[in-house]
Amino acid sequence: MAYDIQTWVSVAAFTGGGMAMGFGAIGAAIGEGYTAASANEAIGRNPEQSGDIFKSMLVGQAIAESAAIFALVIALMLLFTKTPSHILSVPVVLGAGLCMGLGAIGSGVGSGFPAGAACTGMARQPAMSGRLTTNMLIGSAVCQTPAIFSLVVAFILLFTDFSLNPVSPTWAAILGAGISSGFGAIGSGLGGGLVAQASCEGISRQPLTVTPVTNVMLLGQAVTQTTAIYALLVSFILMFKSFPATDAFAPPMALLAAGLCMGIGAIGPAIGEGFAGQGAVAWIARNQEYIADLTRSMLVGQAVAESTGIYSLVIALVLIFVV
Amino acid sequence: MIEGADIIRAAAFLGAGLAMGIGAIGPGVGEGMAAAKACEAIGKNPKEAGLLTRTMLVGQAVSESTGIYSLVVALLLLFVV
Repeated sequence: MAYDIQTWVSVAAFTGGGMAMGFGAIGAAIGEGYTAASANEAIGRNPEQSGDIFKSMLVGQAIAESAAIFALVIALMLLFTKTPSHILSVPVVLGAGLCMGLGAIGSGVGSGFPAGAACTGMARQPAMSGRLTTNMLIGSAVCQTPAIFSLVVAFILLFTDFSLNPVSPTWAAILGAGISSGFGAIGSGLGGGLVAQASCEGISRQPLTVTPVTNVMLLGQAVTQTTAIYALLVSFILMFKSFPATDAFAPPMALLAAGLCMGIGAIGPAIGEGFAGQGAVAWIARNQEYIADLTRSMLVGQAVAESTGIYSLVIALVLIFVV
Repeated sequence: MIEGADIIRAAAFLGAGLAMGIGAIGPGVGEGMAAAKACEAIGKNPKEAGLLTRTMLVGQAVSESTGIYSLVVALLLLFVV
């Protein structure tokens, strides 16, 4: 049976749309469930604050939901937009779907952590409700950045005209770009959430430590985002570098492997850096005078955890530029 | 025409990417846990910050080793095999 190219493009677009929404639904649902669980616990402990806690739960859930909404947008675009009948549209739609679907997981789960901690904190320390909401919003916003990176890559993939590029190895570069940003966003979303959770918990225990806790939270979150930025960088190189046409099998595999290497390699370091930030922020809240020692330990620990992410970046760049 | 040598090279590239990518997950998470506990211990007992940082770094160096094995295997797959 022979099918025309348009058939294969439609098959790929529907598969990609399914993957975008399927994977994209995982994270936000878990994060929102965590927030709701914490809110219930908090209202059980302090029913008088139920109004504030309920409001904070809904706001936190709305932010976590945004990652899933990005995935929904991409899924609907893949279902209803007319994709050009070119063989390279197949990797484009698959790559965009995978990128946004995987990319929404970490941000969805991560945003749930600070929202849950804010709800718990409001029950413990009702006077801090306003400040807890602020910290929750800042922390969750940082958690959403990796999902936005994925959204950007998915949009660029969908709206760039690849039809003049050689089919091989461009198909692998396109898929690799989607995979890199998709997997690369998982760890940074989760890690950023862990740090923000510690900050909301910390200021509800020790309201006087708001300023140092918020500062170190932002520093810790910034470090967790670095691996997502490496993954974004590799995606951009794969999308915008022009690769010479080839009939061989090895060059496209090198580009696909570069995307896989950077994407998967970004997960672990970002989660580890999130743990380190969480530990530092939690103890700065309890023991503010040792902020210098704690921040230094956090940064040294994060730097060591970052090293494997940098190895992945090096191997990805070697795969793209050297071999 | 795809030849055997070409397929072997392709497999070596994919293997290198997967080795480094998947191999980076564990050390990253483990080193983060070590750093988190070191921060906790410094928070409880700030006088021992030097000792705790040294212990953290030694522990992280050991957990880094599997990441370095992954790097070595990836480089071997890319340039030697």
